[in-house]
Amino acid sequence: MTTSTEHRPLPSLLSVCRTRAGVELKEFFRQRESVVFTLFFPVILLLALGAILDYDLGSGVDFPQYFMAGIIAVGIFGASLQNMAIHIAGERSDGTLKSLSGTPMPKSAYFIGKVVQVLAVAVATIVILLLIGVFVYGIELPTGRDWLTFAWVAALGAAACTLLGITVSTLARNSRSASATVTPIALVLEFISGVFLPFDQVPTWLQTIASLFPLKWMAQGLRSVFLPDELALREPAGSFELGRVALVLGLWCVVGLVLCVRTFRWQERGDT
Amino acid sequence: MHPSTPLDPDAAISVRGLVRRYGDRNAVDGVDLDIRRGEIFALLGPNGAGKTTIVEILEGHRRRDGGEVRVLGVDPATGDRRWKSDIGIVLQSGAGDSQLSCIELLRAQAAYFPDPRDPAEVLDLVGLTEKAGARGRTLSGGQRRRLDVALGIVGRPRLLFLDEPTTGFDPEARRQFWSLIRSLRELGTTMLLTTHYLDEAEELADRVGVIARGRLVEVAVPAELGGRGTAPAVVHWTEDGARRSAETATPTAFVAALAARFPGEVPDLAVARPTLEDVYLRMIGDPA
Repeated sequence: MTTSTEHRPLPSLLSVCRTRAGVELKEFFRQRESVVFTLFFPVILLLALGAILDYDLGSGVDFPQYFMAGIIAVGIFGASLQNMAIHIAGERSDGTLKSLSGTPMPKSAYFIGKVVQVLAVAVATIVILLLIGVFVYGIELPTGRDWLTFAWVAALGAAACTLLGITVSTLARNSRSASATVTPIALVLEFISGVFLPFDQVPTWLQTIASLFPLKWMAQGLRSVFLPDELALREPAGSFELGRVALVLGLWCVVGLVLCVRTFRWQERGDT
Repeated sequence: MHPSTPLDPDAAISVRGLVRRYGDRNAVDGVDLDIRRGEIFALLGPNGAGKTTIVEILEGHRRRDGGEVRVLGVDPATGDRRWKSDIGIVLQSGAGDSQLSCIELLRAQAAYFPDPRDPAEVLDLVGLTEKAGARGRTLSGGQRRRLDVALGIVGRPRLLFLDEPTTGFDPEARRQFWSLIRSLRELGTTMLLTTHYLDEAEELADRVGVIARGRLVEVAVPAELGGRGTAPAVVHWTEDGARRSAETATPTAFVAALAARFPGEVPDLAVARPTLEDVYLRMIGDPA
């Protein structure tokens, strides 16, 4: 076989990744439903609950200051787990994935594009939430080493939830069933993970359930960023347990990666 | 073609004894096939005959349960990026939904290939230049399908798969689509097309393979399908006030003799050969 293409090198992984990242950003930010559902849902929650709820947690911490950690965790959860589960399920059922798998696109470029999308959406969500927090509710921004904690908790949480989201997309039949499954589960997790209510007000058995999932640990890690150290005593463990936060989120990354690699399909079930 | 014939190394596609089972049913039941380079080959058959299963095995999208397959010299089950860059695929289901415009989709697709065509030229070739900035969901069914073809050819494939490319088209859109396929032939692209439209196979294909119940019933040029080229013709005319007809292997001689019996025109003269549809319906109706 002699062909012109045999003499031309395949496009580099980097250049295909750049293309995929561009595609993923346009796909997300041009779709009104995804922008409203993923990006503005936590913003609306922050504004609505900030206007309704008003309790004092002591040490001069009001509700918006407490809620900041939880709502950012919700934002990251939405940008990663919910976004991946729903949209990849959609791309699988409408044939986008099958079409891509028939091209010479390196498969890794697809996932790297998704990671860029999750990062962009998560960062945009966090920035908007922080701006509202500061300018509407006058919350105190983290200082010094807290920013570092913020960065690693957010990154590790987003990584674990992205991998789990991709796994959930494979288990779902289509994007509608993914949405119908993931959305209520997310809401329940948000209630029992100390997002809306102080975690020590959640019944112990629900705390235990919440502890199995990454959202609780993300919210807990972020509380250490936004709350004064003395409030660590209100945590069930008496501290923010940053070591354990890293361990559990890291473990979820490993579990998520294994499940992802083992289950991912480029076509619908029964279509191969 | 005897099953023991070895794979043809020079063919664009060479298949021997292909089998695919769904449950205990053989959806593809021992297919042998060679498609030459530069050829347009149509797989013709009713829905559920196994066309899509065969094509998707050749594309590398489905696994097979038996037989040997080479597509551009490679087993599709092990096709790598290099192999995929020589192949264009237009799936039956289309390319999926997107928020990107036509030209953006083509540019992204082109970026996966080593030697792509110019996206703007491809858009022109499929007649979608005015729709360059439009998103897929705003296109009509026919435009949408032409976009699918544009995505299939932007990588400059040597072999293009088209799975039921014109299902759901109105007649006008189908004619436009056929002229697009003919212009691709001019570019030297080998094409394997599936269709359940007889006229489409007759219009476009160099050879037609008729598939029924997972078996390839016949492979022939359209004019000779089902022995159509040599089948007896039927001559109809009116004589003494009655409609008459006769079957003949030599219709020209028959009509000349007939003409000699009449002073002027032979009344209601017609010569008919079995249409493609006649032979096709007979073939797919036969229990295999």
